[in-house]
Amino acid sequence: MKYLWRLLPFTFIMLLAGCGKQNLSALDPQGPVAETQFSLIRLSLYIMIFVIVVVFAIYVFVLIKFRDKEDDTHMPKQVHGNKALEVIWTTIPIVLLLILAVPNVMETFTLADTEPTEESMTVRVHAHQFWWEFEYPDYDVVAGQDMYIPTNTKIVLELEASDVIHSFWVPALAGKQDNVPGIMNPMWIEAPNEGVYMGKCTELCGPAHWLMDFKVIAVDPDTFETWAANMVEGPEDVTETGNEIAVEGREIFEASCIACHAVAGEGGNPQGGPALTNFGERTVIAGYLPWDDDDVNLEAWIRDPGPLKPGNAMPAVADLPYGDLNDEEMEALIAYLKTLKVLE
Amino acid sequence: MSYAKAQSKSTLWDWLTTVDHKKIGIMYLVAGAFFFALGGLEAILMRIQLMFPEFTFLPAQTFNELLTMHGTTMIFLAAMPLLFGLMNYIIPLQIGARDVAFPFLNSLGFWLFLFGGILLNISWFTGGAPDAGWTAYVPLSSESPGTGLDYYVLGLQVSGLGTLIGGINFLVTIINMRAPGMSMMRMPLFTWSSFVASMLILFAFPALTIGLLLLMLERVFGATFFAVDFGGNVIIWQHLFWIFGHPEVYILILPAFGIFSEVIPTFAKKRLFGYSAMVFATLIIGFLGFMVWAHHMFTVGMGPVANSIFAVATMAIAVPTGIKIFNWLLTLWGGRIRFTTANLFALAFIPSFVMGGVTGVMLATSAANYQFHDTYFVVAHFHYVIIGGVVLGLFCGAYYWWPRIFGYTLDEKLGKIFFWLFLIGFHLTFFVQHFLGLIGMPRRVASYLDGQGLNEMNFISTMGAFLMGIAFIIFVVSIFTSMKNKVNEADVWKDGRTLEWTIPVPTPEYNFAQTPLVRDVDPLWYEKYEGDGKMKAAEPLGDIHMPNGSILPFIMSFGLFVASFGFIYHDAGQTWLAIVGLLITFGAMFARSVKEDHGYHIPVDEIKKDLQKEGR
Repeated sequence: MKYLWRLLPFTFIMLLAGCGKQNLSALDPQGPVAETQFSLIRLSLYIMIFVIVVVFAIYVFVLIKFRDKEDDTHMPKQVHGNKALEVIWTTIPIVLLLILAVPNVMETFTLADTEPTEESMTVRVHAHQFWWEFEYPDYDVVAGQDMYIPTNTKIVLELEASDVIHSFWVPALAGKQDNVPGIMNPMWIEAPNEGVYMGKCTELCGPAHWLMDFKVIAVDPDTFETWAANMVEGPEDVTETGNEIAVEGREIFEASCIACHAVAGEGGNPQGGPALTNFGERTVIAGYLPWDDDDVNLEAWIRDPGPLKPGNAMPAVADLPYGDLNDEEMEALIAYLKTLKVLE
Repeated sequence: MSYAKAQSKSTLWDWLTTVDHKKIGIMYLVAGAFFFALGGLEAILMRIQLMFPEFTFLPAQTFNELLTMHGTTMIFLAAMPLLFGLMNYIIPLQIGARDVAFPFLNSLGFWLFLFGGILLNISWFTGGAPDAGWTAYVPLSSESPGTGLDYYVLGLQVSGLGTLIGGINFLVTIINMRAPGMSMMRMPLFTWSSFVASMLILFAFPALTIGLLLLMLERVFGATFFAVDFGGNVIIWQHLFWIFGHPEVYILILPAFGIFSEVIPTFAKKRLFGYSAMVFATLIIGFLGFMVWAHHMFTVGMGPVANSIFAVATMAIAVPTGIKIFNWLLTLWGGRIRFTTANLFALAFIPSFVMGGVTGVMLATSAANYQFHDTYFVVAHFHYVIIGGVVLGLFCGAYYWWPRIFGYTLDEKLGKIFFWLFLIGFHLTFFVQHFLGLIGMPRRVASYLDGQGLNEMNFISTMGAFLMGIAFIIFVVSIFTSMKNKVNEADVWKDGRTLEWTIPVPTPEYNFAQTPLVRDVDPLWYEKYEGDGKMKAAEPLGDIHMPNGSILPFIMSFGLFVASFGFIYHDAGQTWLAIVGLLITFGAMFARSVKEDHGYHIPVDEIKKDLQKEGR
C-alpha cells in the first residue's frame, strides 16, 4: 500500500505526458536541457503536492469537525496563538524550499554554461516580426524558419532581435530565452534524437505573434554536413536540369522576390526576408501553412500575405516590380520555388 | 445625515463635491464594479475567440487590444479601486475615526482614478486601444502605431497619481487617527494589511510614474531612452515596470488577506489565531515584495547569478504566506464555523490560493521557469492568486460589509448559488490552463493551430469562463432583489468583533457620536464578553467638526483629463489642449490654496437628536 502511494505522483506525471504532442510538450523532454528542466518541474511538483495534501487534510478536517451545529451553544475558546506551532510551520517550509532551491541554483548555472567549445556549434538566431532567421557562422549559411542541427552536438544559440522583443522556445528541447534588440542572449540546446521539434515565439510581438512558429530539425551529423555544404552552394540550377517552367518562374523571382529574399547561388538580400535556399524543403509555408497538392496555400500566400499573417512586411505580389501574376506565371513561380531543395 | 446644510443641495452636486470617506468609498465601489464588468466582458470575448482552434471571431489586432485592456482594467481600474472602496469605507470605522486624514485629497484621489480610467477607455473609440499587453514592453509599446499606447501612458499616469494620493492618505490616517487605546498592535488585520499595502503604494508607484514618463517622452516628444539605434536600452523599462509591478500584486493581495482575517474569526466565533505572527508575516511579505521583481525577467538574459538570487528571494515569500494560511486554519480549529456566503468565499480562498501559491514557488524555480515563462502556466498561476485571492476576497468583503455600507443584506440563497457557480467556473477555466502551458501554448496568442493537442482544454476553459460570467450576472441581480432585506442593528452578524459593528446603520455622517475607547484587540468582542456590551466613550458629547465639500478635486482631475488629450494629440498640433488643461488644474490648486475653509460644526443638539432616534 505504501509502495502504491509512492507511485502516485509518477502516474500523475505519466497522465500529463500523455496529453500534448511529443515534439511540442515540455513534459516529454527530448534533450538534456529540457530533461534538466523537467526534473526540476517534477521535484517542485512533488514538494508542492505534499504541501497541498497537508493543507487540504487539515482544511477538510477542520470544516467537518468544527462546523456550527444547531444544538451547539458553547463558546469557542478564544486562543491567542501558539509559539511552538508558529516555529514548526515556519521551519518546515524553509526546509522544503531549500530542497528545491539548491538544485535549482545548480541547474541555473549549468544551463547558463554557453561558452562555445571544440565540439559545440554556434547558431545565431535573429528574430524578426514574424519570422526566424538562422545564421551558421562556421558554415557561412543563412536559413529561414527551419533550423537544421546535427544530433548529439551541443548547439550554442546566440539570440538577437531586429525589431521588438521575441522569445525562442522549443519546449521539447529547452525552455525559452528572449531575443532582445540590442542585446545578445546565449543559450544552448542539444538533441540526441533525430526529429522535427516545434518552436514558438513566446513574447507578444504584434498581431501575428501567434503565428510566429518555427521548427528545429535534428539530423545525423553527416546529413547536416551535406545540408550545410549544399546551403552554401545553392540548389541545383534549373537551367541545367532542363526544367523549362521553373526557368520561367526564376525570371519572375529575379524581377520581384529577390529584393527581399536570398537564394544561395542567386544572390539577394538575406536581411530583408527569410532566405529561400531550401524553401522547397520547408516543413510548412510561412511558419504555419501546410503544403497541399494544388499549392493553394502557397499561391494564396504569394498573392496576398497580409491577411494570412497580419502585420507582416511582405507585400502582395501585385505590388512588386514584376506586377500581378496570371495563373501561368504563378504556376511557374511556384514550380521554381519548389525546386529550391538542398538535401536531394 | 440630518444636517440641514447637506440637504439643501442636489444629490448630484452632493456626490460630486463630497469629501465624506463613506460616499467616496461607495463611488470607488460603483466605478470599480463597472470596470470589473467591463474587464470581465473583455475576458469573455477573448475566451470565445480561443474556444476553437484558428477561430476567426476576432481579428488578431483586436485580440491584442482586448488582452491589454483586460489586464490593465482589472488591475488598475477594478481590483485596486474596489479594494480602495472597502478601505475608504471601513478603515476609519475600524480605527474609530470620523474621516480620513485628508478628506479633500481623498476626493481628489477618486476623481483622478475615475478620469484616468475613462481616458484609458476612450481609446476604444479613437482608432484602437493599446495593444502591447498590460506590461507594455518596449519597443513594441514605444513603436506601436496609432494613439492607443498614448492613452495607456496618460490614462495610467492620471489614475496612478490618484492611487498614490490615496495610499499616502491611508498611511497618515492609520498612523494619526486611531481612537484612544488602539495601539498599532490592537488594529484589526484589515487595517493592518491596508497599512502595509499603502506603504507598498508609496514606494512602488513612483517607479511606474517614472517608467510612464519616459515612455511618454519617447512616444510624444521623440526621446530615445528605449531606442536601441540611439544607444537606448529596452530592458530598463522591464525593470521599472516590475519594480512597480511586483509590489502591485501584494498591494492587491494584502488587503484581501486582511478581509479574510476579519471574516474568518467572525464566522468561526473565535479570535484570530496568532495575531502578531499575522502582522509580522504581512510586514515581511510587504518587504520581500520589493526584493523579487526580476523573477518576471528570468528569460531576458540577466545571467545565472541574478537569476539565482531572485529565485531564492521569491521562494522565501512562501514562508510568511504559509504562516498566514496555517494561522487561518488554526483560527477555524475549535471554532463554530457558520457557512454564510461571506464565509464561503473566505473558506474557498484557502485551497484556491494555496494552489496558486504553490505554482508561484514552481515559477520561482528559475531553471524550470524557462519552460513556464510566458505560457498559459503563468496565466493559470496569476489568475489563481488574483481571482482565488483578490476577487474571492472582494466578494467576501462585499457580502460581509454590504449591510454596513448599503443598509441591507445580500440574499443568502442567491449568494450561495453565485458562490458555487463562480467557484466552479473559476477552477474550470484556469485549472486546465496549467497543462495548456506545459504542453506548448504560449500566452497572449490570438489563436492556436489545429492538431497541436490544445483544442479540448481550451474549450473547457471557455466553458468555465461562461460559468463565471453567468455567476456574476446572478450577483448583480441579487444586488437589486435583496434591497428589501433592510437591517437596523449595528452588529448585523451578531458575532462582530471590531468597531465598525458598534455604530448604527445607516452610518451617521460623523461615524461616532463619541470617539470610542479601545481596551483590547477586537474591542467590540471585548466589551460584549468582558464589559457591558457597549463601547466606552473616550470623550464627552460635543459639537463635531466636519470638513466642507468641494468641487475643486473634480475640477483638478478634469483639468488633467483635458491636458492628456493635448499630449496624446501633440503630433496632430493639439498641444494647446495641454496648456488649457494644466491651467484648469493649477487654477483649481491656486483657488484651493488661497481660499480659507475651516469646515463646519455639527451642533451637539443634532447629535443628541440622532442618538434619541436610535434609542440610545
